[in-house]
Amino acid sequence: MPRLPERGLIDRNRTLKFRFDGTQLTGHLGDTLASALLANDVRLVARSFKYHRPRGVVTAGSEEPNALMQIGQGRAVSPNTRATVQELYNGLRAESQNRYPSLAVDFLQVNDFLSSFLSAGFYYKTFMWPKALWEKLYEPAIRKAAGLGALSGKDAEELFDTAYAHCDLLVIGSGPAGLMAALTAGRAGARVILAEEDFVFGGRLVSERLEVDGQSCAEWAAWAVAELDALPNVALMRRTTVTGAYDGGTFGALERVADHMATPPEFCPRNTFWRIAAKRTVLAGGAIERGIAFPWNDRPGVMTAGAVRSYLNRFAVCPGKDAVVFTNNDDGLRTAQDLEDAGAVVRAVVDTRPDAQIGTWGRAFPGGQIVSTSGHLGLTSVTIRDLNGVETTMPADLLAVSGGWNPSVHLTCHMNGRPVWDADISAFVPKVGAVPGLTSAGAAAGRFSTHAALADGAEAAIAQLADIGISASPVEVPDAEDAPVAITPFWHVDAPGRAWLDLQNDVTTKDIALAHQENFRSVEHMKRYTTLGMATDQGKMSNVGGLAIMAELSGREIPEVGTTTFRPPYSPVPIAAMAGRHGRDQFQPHRHPPSHALSLERGASFVEAGLWHRAAWYPQPGETRWRQSCDREVAMVRNAVGICDVTTLGKIDIQGPDSAELLDFVYANAFSTLKVGRVRYGLMLREDGFVMDDGTTARLGPTHYVMTTTTAAAGQVMAHLEFVRQCLRPGWEVSVTSVTDQWAQFAVAGPASREVLNKLLDVPIDDASMPYMSCGPVRIGGVDGRLFRISFSGEHAYELAVPARHGDALVRELTSQAEARGGGLYGMEALNVMRIEKGFITHAEIHGRTTADDIGMGRMVSAKKDAVGKVLSTRPGLHGPERQQLVGVRPVDPGERLRSGGHFFDEGADVKPSADLGYATSVCHSPTLGHDIGLGFLVNGRARLGDRVRLVDKLRGGEVLCEVVPTPFVDPEGGRLRG
Amino acid sequence: MRITCPICGARDLREFTYRGDAILLDRPSEDAGPEAFIDYVHLRDNPAGEHDELWHHAMGCSAWLQVRRNTVSHEILSVALAREVR
Repeated sequence: MPRLPERGLIDRNRTLKFRFDGTQLTGHLGDTLASALLANDVRLVARSFKYHRPRGVVTAGSEEPNALMQIGQGRAVSPNTRATVQELYNGLRAESQNRYPSLAVDFLQVNDFLSSFLSAGFYYKTFMWPKALWEKLYEPAIRKAAGLGALSGKDAEELFDTAYAHCDLLVIGSGPAGLMAALTAGRAGARVILAEEDFVFGGRLVSERLEVDGQSCAEWAAWAVAELDALPNVALMRRTTVTGAYDGGTFGALERVADHMATPPEFCPRNTFWRIAAKRTVLAGGAIERGIAFPWNDRPGVMTAGAVRSYLNRFAVCPGKDAVVFTNNDDGLRTAQDLEDAGAVVRAVVDTRPDAQIGTWGRAFPGGQIVSTSGHLGLTSVTIRDLNGVETTMPADLLAVSGGWNPSVHLTCHMNGRPVWDADISAFVPKVGAVPGLTSAGAAAGRFSTHAALADGAEAAIAQLADIGISASPVEVPDAEDAPVAITPFWHVDAPGRAWLDLQNDVTTKDIALAHQENFRSVEHMKRYTTLGMATDQGKMSNVGGLAIMAELSGREIPEVGTTTFRPPYSPVPIAAMAGRHGRDQFQPHRHPPSHALSLERGASFVEAGLWHRAAWYPQPGETRWRQSCDREVAMVRNAVGICDVTTLGKIDIQGPDSAELLDFVYANAFSTLKVGRVRYGLMLREDGFVMDDGTTARLGPTHYVMTTTTAAAGQVMAHLEFVRQCLRPGWEVSVTSVTDQWAQFAVAGPASREVLNKLLDVPIDDASMPYMSCGPVRIGGVDGRLFRISFSGEHAYELAVPARHGDALVRELTSQAEARGGGLYGMEALNVMRIEKGFITHAEIHGRTTADDIGMGRMVSAKKDAVGKVLSTRPGLHGPERQQLVGVRPVDPGERLRSGGHFFDEGADVKPSADLGYATSVCHSPTLGHDIGLGFLVNGRARLGDRVRLVDKLRGGEVLCEVVPTPFVDPEGGRLRG
Repeated sequence: MRITCPICGARDLREFTYRGDAILLDRPSEDAGPEAFIDYVHLRDNPAGEHDELWHHAMGCSAWLQVRRNTVSHEILSVALAREVR
C-alpha cells in the first residue's frame, strides 16, 4: 500500500468507505478523493476530453485538469468535480467520466489514433459543407461526443444560499503570507475575514517539511490558526474560494458548506455564495506550479513536484515506488529529498540547468531532458537525454515535474488589470493597484521564500490598515528559510511525440505551432483556435507555457505576446449557489392583497400582476370554463352589485403646502382647481411627451391629496414623484409617501352598490352627500375609512378604503351583503371586460409609445401651466391624422371572434408592412352586447368611424372584418355612472 | 460597487437605480422652447472618465443622489443629495 506511516494530517483512527466506479475502497478523515485513490494505488482516474487518453491525478489543488469526476447520485449528482479538492466522506460515490464502457477500455480511444487529423481547427475545417448537414448531422454527432460529466437533469432538492459579509481586511489565502496578514490585522482589532479554499488552513505550510519559528511549518500554521480562531474580530472561512473581484471592494466567494457530507443536515445549504464587502484586501493566494511540455507527458504517474510533496507530507501517500524528478529549478531537488525520506526509490533527477548542483538522489542528469515516456494505462518508464545527447531509458512509475511557479494573479485581472512579467522568477506577477484596495503578498506577488512570504504578509496588512486609519503594530516575523528563487526558464522539450500543454482540453505544442503557421498571431485568437486554457481549469497550469511557445515561434519576448484575460469565476461556481433561495416559488416575493384568503376559500383562479397575485375569476358550481364565470360576474355587476379587490393599485399620499403645485406639475391636467372632497382623473406624461401613467387623485384636504396609479406603474410613478420633488423642485414643501400596503381598497360596483355600503357605513350616504367623483372620510363599524365615488366598470360604483389590517374583515362583510342582493365577488377578467366595454385604457394601450392625442386626451394637456412633458408633447408628429389613434372595433359578423395583437389593413389592401394601419390592443367578448369588442390603434382612426377594416392575425392565422366604432361601447352617455 | 448614501451610509449597488446624466437637474424653463427640451431629454455626452450622474436609493431612503463616478474605473468620487446640489 502506498500509505505512509506516522505522518501527515490524516486521522488514521477514522476510516471512511467510498466507491470509485463501483469498487469499494477506504480512506481516512483528512483525505481528498484524490489522495484516497492514490493511497489505494488507483492511478487511472479519467479519460481526456478529446483523445480519450488515460489520465491520472496531476495536482493536489483546484488547478487540477485531469481528475474530474461525478460525485453523488440521483438528483444531486455533481459532475466535473475535481477529486483533488473533494473531501472524502463516508459513503462517497465517485464515477469516472467520458469513457465507454470503462476507464480501462474506452472505445472512443479511437480518437487518439486519429489524432493527426484532430488537430486545432479540425471542426472548423472539416464540417464546413455541405451546409445542410451542419444542423442535422454534424452538430448532433459532435455534441454527443463532446462534454465530460452530465447533470441529473432534475431539480436540485438541496438548499443553496447567498449571503453578505463585511470586513476591514479580507485576506485571501492562508499560507505564510495570509496567516501573517490575518495575525497582524487580528491583533490590531480590525475586522478580518480569512478565506481559504482548502478545508485545512496553512496553504503550502501543510504540504512542506520546512521549519518556521523552530517548529515544523505545519505546527506553526496550526498555532497561528488557533490564535486567530480565538480572536472575536477574525472570521475564519475555510472551504471558501474567493471567485471574483468587483467594483468598490466587493468580492464573490463560494463556501462549500456541505460538499464534504453525504447528506447536509436539515436546513444546511450545500453551498453558500458570499458577497464580501471589504475595505481593504490582501491577496495571498499563493502560486500554481506549471509543467514542462515533453513528449508523452500526460500518462498517469506524471505529477507536479509540489503535488508529490503534498501527497507525501500532508496525505501520507507515496504516489509511486520508482520516482524520477524533472525540474528547471531548486524545487525539484526538494522533492527528491522528500521522496527519498518517505522511502521511495529516486531513480534519477533530471535538471534542465547544465550547471545544476544535484545531490545524491539516484542518477544525476544536469542539463538533461525527458524525451519520452511509456506505459499505456500508467507510467512504466521514462527516456532521458543527457547533456551530451545520449538517451537512457529507465523504469519509473512516478515522474515529478517542476517547471516553476506562476503567482495566482487571476483576481488582480478581474477589473481589466494586466499582469506584469517578472524576468527574475520567469512568471507574471500582479500589476500593483490593478484592483483598488487590494494588494498582493507572498507567493501571489512573486515572493516565494517562506521568510519573504511571512514578512510580506505582515507588511501588507499594516499598510492596508493604515490606509483606513487602523494602526497595527509590527508582528515579529518568525525564522524560516529564505532561499532565493533559482530558476532557468524551460518550457518544452524538442523531441518527437506529442507534448501536452493543456491536459484538460488536449492541446499540445503542435497545436500552438499549427495556429502560428496559420497566422493566428494574437494570443486571444490562438487561444480560441486551439482552445488552450478554455476548459474548466481555465488554463491555470497551461497558459503561460502556451504563451512561451508562441513567443518562441514568433521571435518575441513573453511580455510582448501578452496574456489572455482572466475573468471571474476563479474556479467553477454552481449556478444554484448564485441563485441561492431565489428559485421556483421563491424566485421573487409574492404580494397578496387583503382578499387573498377569501379568494382561496372561494376557489379563485389567480393571475400575476407584477409581484401581485390577483383573483382572475371565482368559479361557481357548474362552471367549467373561465368565460362562464367571467360572463356571469359581468352580468352580476351590471345588474346587481360586485365586489373587487383593487388594493394593488398604487396609492401615494401627498401632503404639504405645495401639494397642489406638485400635482399640477406632474399631471398634464390641472389639480390645483380640484375642490376638497372631489376626485379627478389625471394623465401623467414623461418629459418626452409620451404617456407615462393615468389614475384618479382625490383631494382629501387643502394640502392633502391621495393619488392612485396603475398596478404595474406604482413603483415607477413613485420614483418619478420623488425625482420631481427632490431634483426639479427641491424648494417645494411637499412630501410623497407610498401607502399602497397601508390601505385595503375594494370596488363596490353596480346598481345595488349604495345599498350594500349603507348596510356597513356608520352614517349612510346618498347622491347629495356622495355624488359622482366625490370622496370623503367614512366610518365602518367604528373604523375610519375613506370612500371614493369612482368607477372603472361604468356602473354606479365606489371604492372603499380601510387600514389594511381590516381588509379581510371588510371584504367578507361586503361580499356577504352583496350576495344577499344577487351580487358577489368579481375578478380581473370581469374587471377587464367591463373596462373595455367602457373604453377605459390600461397599460395595454399606454404602453410607452402613445401620446395624449393618440388616446383622444390631447385636450387634457393644459396650456395654462408648466408640466412634465408639456413642451415636447407639442412636437410635430406627436399628434394629428398620420398618428395611430385609439378606436373601438367590432366584428361585422357578430359571431366572429377578435384576437388582440392582430393588425389592421384596409379592405383590398395587401397584407404587408407598408400597408399596416395599426393593431388591436385589448379584445374581449362583451356579455352585455353579446358579441366581441376590441380597442386598438388605427391610423387617423377618429376620422374613420363607420369604416370597415380587416383585423389580420399573421401569427396565429385568420382575419376578421371589423367596423370602426366609437367608445364607450356600453352606456356612452354615462347615465349609469351618475345614477 | 458600493455607493455611500449621505443619509444611509455605504450601501451595495443593488439598493440603487441608475437614472443617467445629472444634466437632468437642469430642466429648461417652460418658455425655453422645444429645442431646449430636446437637448435636455435626449442629448448626452458620453465621457470616458469622470461623470456626474443621478442614482435613486430606491431600496433605501428614496433619496435621489448626484454621484460623481469615473466611467472607466467605476470609482465613486463623491456623492451628494440631489436636492442640495443646485
